[in-house]
Amino acid sequence: GGAGRAAPSPFGKIAKSAYTLDEKTTSREDATHYNNFYEYGLNKEDPARNAPGLLKPRPWTVSVEGECAKPGVVDLDDFIRTAALEERIYRLRCVEAWSMVIPWVGVPLGTALQRFEPTSKAKYVAFQTLNDPKQMPTESSGFRWPYREGLRMDEAMNPLAFLAVGLYGDVLPAQNGAPIRLVVPWKYGFKSIKSIVAIRFVEQQPTTLWNSFAPEEYGFYANVNPNVDHPRWSQDKERRIGEFLRRPTLMFNGYGEQVAGLYAGMDLKRYY
Amino acid sequence: MAADGGGVDLGGRRSSRPAFRWRSGVRAGIHVLCLIPLAVLMAAGIAGDLGANPIEAVIRSLGDWALRLLVVALAVTPARRLTGWAGLASYRRMIGLWAFAYAALHFAAYVVLDQFFDWAAIGREIVKHKFITAGMLAFALLLPLAATSTSAMIRRLGGRRWQRLHRLVYVAGPLAAIHYIWMVKADALQPMVYFVLILGLLCYRGVVKSRAGGWMRK
Repeated sequence: GGAGRAAPSPFGKIAKSAYTLDEKTTSREDATHYNNFYEYGLNKEDPARNAPGLLKPRPWTVSVEGECAKPGVVDLDDFIRTAALEERIYRLRCVEAWSMVIPWVGVPLGTALQRFEPTSKAKYVAFQTLNDPKQMPTESSGFRWPYREGLRMDEAMNPLAFLAVGLYGDVLPAQNGAPIRLVVPWKYGFKSIKSIVAIRFVEQQPTTLWNSFAPEEYGFYANVNPNVDHPRWSQDKERRIGEFLRRPTLMFNGYGEQVAGLYAGMDLKRYY
Repeated sequence: MAADGGGVDLGGRRSSRPAFRWRSGVRAGIHVLCLIPLAVLMAAGIAGDLGANPIEAVIRSLGDWALRLLVVALAVTPARRLTGWAGLASYRRMIGLWAFAYAALHFAAYVVLDQFFDWAAIGREIVKHKFITAGMLAFALLLPLAATSTSAMIRRLGGRRWQRLHRLVYVAGPLAAIHYIWMVKADALQPMVYFVLILGLLCYRGVVKSRAGGWMRK
């Protein structure tokens, strides 16, 4: 996005949100040039270089399928119309032990999903990224593309779960998952699937890309948890992009008050 | 860090003056070449041009150069055998030392920039994460090699014992590449290339050795 901060917001009015952090936001330059989006290359600088020229974020439709009363293929603008756009400043914690603070623009996931009237059989929600080699080269081998992610239904309905269409008051850049992506701030970043084209309500826990690639490293839940180490990275500390000293990682990325109840009685060392 | 029995070169055949002068020119050239990556990295750091995560960029770049120079150092002996240019051997030790210098800076950057002297955390990382274990082990094995790299140490140890000690690079080299392989999340192509190169260069010595029926000797 070439528009500077002074330019008027392309979204018109953005509602103020209660979900605001008293933490310094990451620079927009860093948040848009240090990305994991493996469809566009394995280095963090690759997506900003490769995605904008390839991904066509408009027109865009989202197909909602599975265990719901009103499935359908919906145009993006229609899909997010169910709620007023709001800005939320969330922490983003990558499983690689770095973190950012990003102001997202979007709508609550739960509100967007309710209109499709999921049935009682809908225990999970599965998400899928665009599957078009012309727009997403997906050259790196070893993965079962397209990118897939999933949430338990109660996680998806938690008020914190968010669908973003913008950041820093501007339209979501291609490298950050244009035109619509998930933001689940209490989970490691890889759960927040980018460039979503399909959402499916399902009964069984869905297959996800990283979990199928290395199940012992990337769990389905992937809740930010300083007490459970990844085989590669210690998770008790993190480097906030822009800071020198590592800072302690907070349980559920600091969102325990809102989400800890979802996992009451669960062994989080087992369900990592 | 010579690993083979190519004869210890003390760099001191000073009988032919023009050849000596030519050789010291090459030596100076190698020093300059080996300094370039560090200079480029420092310039990028000063210019604030290392991206969103400069600490990671510094550590990765130093590690890359340690591996690259290790490959070059290990390639000297095979290159000498293939080209018949005996003089090449005299540059091996300095290239090996430069590889060690980058490895040491890589280690120092991890301790200072990444962990900021949090020794307890470093200890836990060594125990818990196998790519750190492998990296630390590789670095530890390079220490005695670097420490005995002076001509005085070669004389003190005696060529044969010195050579035997420096065969530690047969373990340190592949371990350094394994450290990289275990570090990457997906796509291990680049670290695998280092691994194959290092192993190939070390195996070449084994083949030559078995063909000659012993450590090659002039």
